[in-house]
Amino acid sequence: MGWTGTSVRRKEDDRLVRGRGLFTDDELEPGMLHLHILRSPYAHARIVRIDTAAAEALPGVACVLTGREVAAQCEPFMQIGPPPCDKIRDLPMAVDKVVFQGEPVAVVAAATVALAEDAAQLIDVEYEMLEAVVEAEDALSDRSILHEAAGTNRTWQGVFEYGDVEGAFRDAASVVRIPRMKFHRFASTPLEPNACIAEWTRQGSVEFLCNNSFPGFAQQLLAPGLRLKADQLHIRTYDVGGSFGNKIWNYVYMALAALASKKAGGRRVKWTETRTEHLLGSGHGNERTYLDTEVALDRDGVITAVRSRHIDDCGAYTRYEPLGCVIWSQVLPATYKLRNMRIDFTQTVTNKCPVVPNRGYSRMQQLWFMERIVDICAHELGIPADEMRLKNYITQFPYETPNGCVYDSGNYPAMLAKGKELIGWDRWQREIAAGRKAGRLIGIGIGTTLDSGTNNFGQARIVNPFLPFSGNSEVCTMRLDIEGAVVVCLGTTPSGQGHETSASQVVADVLGIDPSMVYVRPGFDTAWNTFVGHSGTYASQFAVTGLSAVHGAAQKLKAEMRRLAAFMLEAAEEDLEFGTGAQGPEVRVKGTDKAINYWYMANLVNNNNAMLDESLGDVTLNVRHVYRPPFKVPDTERKFGNLTLTYAAQLHIAVVEVSRETCRPQVLAYAAVDDCGTLINPQIAHGQVHGATSHGIGAALMECLDYDETGNLLTATFSDYCPITALNIPDIAWGNIETPSPFSYNGAKGMGEGGGAPLHTMSAAIQDALHGAGVIVTGSHHSAPRLFEILQQPNRDEAVSVERRGGKQGRR
Amino acid sequence: MSTTEDGGSIAIEVTVNGTRHRREVEPRLLLVQLLREDLRLTGTHIGCDTTYCGACTVIVNGEPVKSCTMLAVQADGAEILTVEGLAQDGELHPLQRAFSEHHGLQCGYCTPGMLMSAHALLARNPDPDRRQIRKGIQGNLCRCTGYQNIITAIDAAAAAMREGK
Repeated sequence: MGWTGTSVRRKEDDRLVRGRGLFTDDELEPGMLHLHILRSPYAHARIVRIDTAAAEALPGVACVLTGREVAAQCEPFMQIGPPPCDKIRDLPMAVDKVVFQGEPVAVVAAATVALAEDAAQLIDVEYEMLEAVVEAEDALSDRSILHEAAGTNRTWQGVFEYGDVEGAFRDAASVVRIPRMKFHRFASTPLEPNACIAEWTRQGSVEFLCNNSFPGFAQQLLAPGLRLKADQLHIRTYDVGGSFGNKIWNYVYMALAALASKKAGGRRVKWTETRTEHLLGSGHGNERTYLDTEVALDRDGVITAVRSRHIDDCGAYTRYEPLGCVIWSQVLPATYKLRNMRIDFTQTVTNKCPVVPNRGYSRMQQLWFMERIVDICAHELGIPADEMRLKNYITQFPYETPNGCVYDSGNYPAMLAKGKELIGWDRWQREIAAGRKAGRLIGIGIGTTLDSGTNNFGQARIVNPFLPFSGNSEVCTMRLDIEGAVVVCLGTTPSGQGHETSASQVVADVLGIDPSMVYVRPGFDTAWNTFVGHSGTYASQFAVTGLSAVHGAAQKLKAEMRRLAAFMLEAAEEDLEFGTGAQGPEVRVKGTDKAINYWYMANLVNNNNAMLDESLGDVTLNVRHVYRPPFKVPDTERKFGNLTLTYAAQLHIAVVEVSRETCRPQVLAYAAVDDCGTLINPQIAHGQVHGATSHGIGAALMECLDYDETGNLLTATFSDYCPITALNIPDIAWGNIETPSPFSYNGAKGMGEGGGAPLHTMSAAIQDALHGAGVIVTGSHHSAPRLFEILQQPNRDEAVSVERRGGKQGRR
Repeated sequence: MSTTEDGGSIAIEVTVNGTRHRREVEPRLLLVQLLREDLRLTGTHIGCDTTYCGACTVIVNGEPVKSCTMLAVQADGAEILTVEGLAQDGELHPLQRAFSEHHGLQCGYCTPGMLMSAHALLARNPDPDRRQIRKGIQGNLCRCTGYQNIITAIDAAAAAMREGK
């Protein structure tokens, strides 16, 4: 294992630093058409009339499409949810009414982007406004229904109950009640916007170059949606400028580009979204409200039970949802050992942009909830925040959670100790005490979080027992090319995670060669036959699924090469070794100079096969390996089973001061400790951790997708949304521990999403800073205006209550 | 010199990475569109449309400029440097090398703009401290790296350039 664990310089970098990457929008050719999407300015409105005549008459316009025409050529996209989700007519364009601001109502394909936009401005749409519902609880009243055929805005409801919740509350020494908390809406907003180029060929197939990050899934939705066979969709990606999950559902726009190409006689049609379109209509993170939360604790401050009602707001269409209604339960108890939990989980549609998996998808919301509980209890019961964690952390691994998930490995107390050391915990305690005496609002907070990776898609059956999904898989094909080069194709769609590099490292270790001798093809291509329905880059899994597939394929290739070499060298297979000799990579007889190099092996199979014995007839030096993690279908009745294979963990600590003058929160110190098992390429893994940390800090302090009461997005440009910049991110002290996963061949854990640790941490630090001012932190967004509001009206009396009973030792 | 032509096209002349180009352009054409679509220098990217993200940063007459906020006609007569002009004879510029060595890029979409802002910073101040580097790239968003490694890379490149490497 020489290359695993080494920070090999990335293969991707050379083309990218030279500006020679190929992002979708970079492709341009004469005759290509450009698509502009006309979007609804209203959140909820009936479309009374659309007049496209003036747009169609503009010279240079190839075609205009409206919803009716789209509906006539499409099947509504498959819905994952059980009834009433099946009644939601999810088409790529609004037909009779719009249900969110930014929903497409027409498209124009024209010779240039500017012409298409000019033409779109000539389209006359008459709307009849309807009442918009923007708050989840309002939506659940069904006063105004988005999808009338469904008859309700409620898309899913289920109870997740484990252990003896009633008993634990009966025996509790204290009960802490938190009536309402809220996790805000934001998105990771990759810098490269969604984009695709579609060509409806004369053979009736569709060629796509796009930046979709889950093409295995997109194909399954797009093919029936466009009334085609899956094999008629040829989907390619190349360089992708970030995704963070957000590019999973741009298949909706791929459909529009394809239909425009069809109407334009098969000309290639390119669509690249603008940033405002991205913020309005490309997918937001799930917003969640937590109601009537009750926490039972024993007299030592050990949490024994939690019960709560959660309402998830998925925006106007379910699309990838209601998967988020189960995915959070991968981390049901977070890092804590309580055994009794009851969560009543409901999801609703609202007149806002649909949600999409966003870095930390659905688990981050649950982890924030659990961290808030632990932290509020600590503050209300007067237990130091670090001690509170140590009393409650899970410490034995593998650990089966109350709902049957198996945490593979970890050491949360060691992470806490390391975090405290990095930040200088004791020193800060003294400084905070002194600062408070001087009237400063200053606090320290801990956020512990999990990054569960490698999904068991069987969890989808917990939301809908009839779904034909379970397990997980990823594919690698590998061959010794005609000239003896090792060529690797992945089923993943990397968007900055360096898959070309880490895959090369794995192959190099198996074959005993240098990673530079391994060529991993950039991009994804359905025509390479290197994909399955799970293929893509999402949900923190490449180090496990992707690299296990690569490892398996390398071993298959190696086995074939060994047989071939044994025959040619007239040696026993066990006497051979792999390595690099004077003529490049080779297989040789141990302790001799008898060797056969890769070129000759490839030559024998591809050009020179009369040299070979019949017994080698099955040796093609072209192998395919599918990795399947060992999952079972979960028990859908009990909502019980192992939902993810690995559990990376993060522990962050921050010191934050809230200015008394401006209410602006300022990070005075920040430490981050990470455990993602064995590191394949430490530099790449650390880079992922940095990025996830930055997203979390941005989301906690700056970024929010805020709507007004009519469903009008108030943060529809970057200037309003304010993504975090180099000036806003604090200096961070980094630490790392490694608890290898027993469940992956390499000890690695899937990582990259990061579990939203800074959100939990910032809330905790601000809680610590403002507790003395009578504030309970019940929201995840801490912009200066929000902190001003809460400091004007401290909420402790309504936001939390503590019932102390001095009762029996609680059960765990 | 600019001259208004029939149909509103305007003749401009720009020198990009040392090569002179004459073009007739629509007055509304943005500099970034001229670079990407006409000159096919697609290393310069577009990430926002509101001058926030900096992915389109190029150097115009020695100054870093967000090319999505400059009209092509405004660049008439200018000397422009884009990311494609950084490497010399195929050899990476010290900034490009440092970004790779220090993992200052992941998806690479912000990288060209980031490199050009860093280039302009080091031209003004060959020995910036980390705070000055942060200020130098405050107009460039990166959604992948969390900036830490970018700052380290610029710091390392500055040192290498001072030593003439």
